[in-house]
Amino acid sequence: MANRHTVVAGKSLLLAVAMFGFGYLMVPIYDIICEVTGLNGKTGRVSIAEAQAEVATDRLVTVEFVASINQGGSWIFKPQVQEMQVKPGELNHAAYYAENLSNMPVVAQATPSVSPQAAAKYFNKTECFCFTRQAFEPKGSKEMPLTFIIDPDLPINVDRVTLSYTFFRSPDQS
Amino acid sequence: MSYSDKAHDHPGHDEHDDHHHGPAKGLMRWVKTTNHKDIGTLYLWFSLIMFFIGGGMALIIRAELGSPGLQFVDPMFFNAMTTMHAIVMIFGVVMPAFVGLANWMIPMMIGAPDMALPRLNNWSFWIMPFAFTIMLSTLFMDSGGPAGGWTLYPPLVLQMGDSFAFVIFAIHFMGISSVMGSINIVATIFNMRPPGMTMMKMPMFVWTWLITAYLLIATIPVFAGAVTMLLTDRYFGTSFFSAAGGGDPVMFQHIFWFFGHPEVYILILPAFGIVSSIIPTFARKPLFGYDSMVYATASIAFLSFIVWAHHMFTTGMPLAGELFFMFSTMMISVPTGVKVFNWVATMWRGSMTFETPMLFAVGFVIMFTIGGLSGLMLAITPADIQYHDTYFVVAHFHYVLVPGAIYSLMAATYYWIPKWTGNMYDEKLGKLHFWISTIFVNVLFFPMHFVGLAGMPRRIPDYNNIFADWNFIATIGAFGFGFSQLLFVYIIIKCVKGGKEATTEVWEGARGLEWTVPSPAPYHTFEVAPEINSTTVTR
Repeated sequence: MANRHTVVAGKSLLLAVAMFGFGYLMVPIYDIICEVTGLNGKTGRVSIAEAQAEVATDRLVTVEFVASINQGGSWIFKPQVQEMQVKPGELNHAAYYAENLSNMPVVAQATPSVSPQAAAKYFNKTECFCFTRQAFEPKGSKEMPLTFIIDPDLPINVDRVTLSYTFFRSPDQS
Repeated sequence: MSYSDKAHDHPGHDEHDDHHHGPAKGLMRWVKTTNHKDIGTLYLWFSLIMFFIGGGMALIIRAELGSPGLQFVDPMFFNAMTTMHAIVMIFGVVMPAFVGLANWMIPMMIGAPDMALPRLNNWSFWIMPFAFTIMLSTLFMDSGGPAGGWTLYPPLVLQMGDSFAFVIFAIHFMGISSVMGSINIVATIFNMRPPGMTMMKMPMFVWTWLITAYLLIATIPVFAGAVTMLLTDRYFGTSFFSAAGGGDPVMFQHIFWFFGHPEVYILILPAFGIVSSIIPTFARKPLFGYDSMVYATASIAFLSFIVWAHHMFTTGMPLAGELFFMFSTMMISVPTGVKVFNWVATMWRGSMTFETPMLFAVGFVIMFTIGGLSGLMLAITPADIQYHDTYFVVAHFHYVLVPGAIYSLMAATYYWIPKWTGNMYDEKLGKLHFWISTIFVNVLFFPMHFVGLAGMPRRIPDYNNIFADWNFIATIGAFGFGFSQLLFVYIIIKCVKGGKEATTEVWEGARGLEWTVPSPAPYHTFEVAPEINSTTVTR
């Protein structure tokens, strides 16, 4: 009798432990789903070769640039131009400007988001300051470049894409 | 099976040992007990006490919302009250009460001498008081109680004070307790059935608990994982949910509701089992469509895993996702409808009487259905975007939980208390308790539909003057419902102390093995497996 209980209890416990693991497994699954579908404005790095496409000359898309700072803090963070007109398929250059107003060195990270969501997976960044952490000297400033290509397959009803960056202090510094 | 001291001079009686194996004396009996009836009793008293703690918090919330503006508490404390009211009522009242009933009734219903793992059983109960002491202690800390909502959404929850870590650990403890309790129930149902007690001869309460136990084992660990991620995000520099490190707060909502939606069925499936036991008794007919009840319960459990994102329609989802979660959610109303129709069909042309348990059970069927219908309204994505986070949602889930889950617990108490204590409760007072509660619970929750549809947001201590009248009425209902529960306690205590002696069968139309043991149920029952053949009525 006792042995049969051990078997059932053991199997149930195994299920519980496996489900605990599954909770953690949902993290990579979530990332993959977001990347595949372009949900949450998640767009990763794309090489120029991959993104290169025939330029659609008869179409213009307005790209707007937005900047916000997460927890206040002494920062200046802004796009160098508010918006630009681009042709899908063309390689474009843009830049953001950031300045550390405090007297301490700070490491920061920008996270991108594209809206409308349907446009996210057609917005290919080939180079972006958001791919790496950015270190700032006390009172230091820098211009941070960004290159992107809009996929000509962008749905035809989208004529305006907003690229928004949120600037965070990296969490792993005291 | 007499309990007098002279009982054991009958030679050859197995009950001989009862005298030595009866309950120990004093407080340590309750600390060290491994008897399923003792542990069931502990669980039930614990949840009754927590019911009044959680209810007191609800009354603070309703007092503050009685009129517009801020009058009694400051907003932070108000938010702590809504958060803890939810955690206490879900994890401290409904879940332990169901586990208590499972402990008391499942062994007696299937003809087993005890739970399969009695020591584990003791441990799963005694974790609970400590978990709740840890959580409630945060109210006395400088930072105040947890105030980010029971759903613990980051980033807000990560900005909480010291109470954060305490709540997370308390939730870990509650989770460990429920998983151990569930493992015990699964092992009992699979291994402790006597020969002849086939799965399809088990009472519905046993079936619903078996399925609930699996829901618990499968989802509580996911929740434990989610809160552990919150903990490491806050204290150990991980970034699961912090966008600064590449995480995503919306992901928390997915993981949470993957647990959270099965959780709402954990809170209602055992209630379905209780009602499926009570209605046949007082309709004096066997349960209509038993097999379909079993399959409906299993379908509800399965569907509960694929509907979670209907809690998140406003987070931004592709159209295909919204449609999938909308239709899968609506599909749940099919097996639930099967259940409601089966209960009605059981009552159809039965010779019904309306003793207190039956009143609560019929009240359950009617008012749970009201909550179910507002749930269908919320399932419609375009409509939900309007209803999201309003009092309409509050009205919906309180209809399924208060006149739903809580009513089933009250029905179960009145139904089985003669078996537990050996005394009949006061029928007049019981009926009075039902009618007062039913009037006030509707005065309390029905107006919330109106203010919700008019746009009153939930979790805010102040509101626009246009909502004032209905809120005042709801507050009257809250105090009426809250204080009428003192009557419930009075009836229970009166019944424990004495009353008309209960017969073995207790109810005229009672079915099932628990009604074949004497009232009160002896400390040990079914030490010799009962004989069960195809004609034995077990459900």
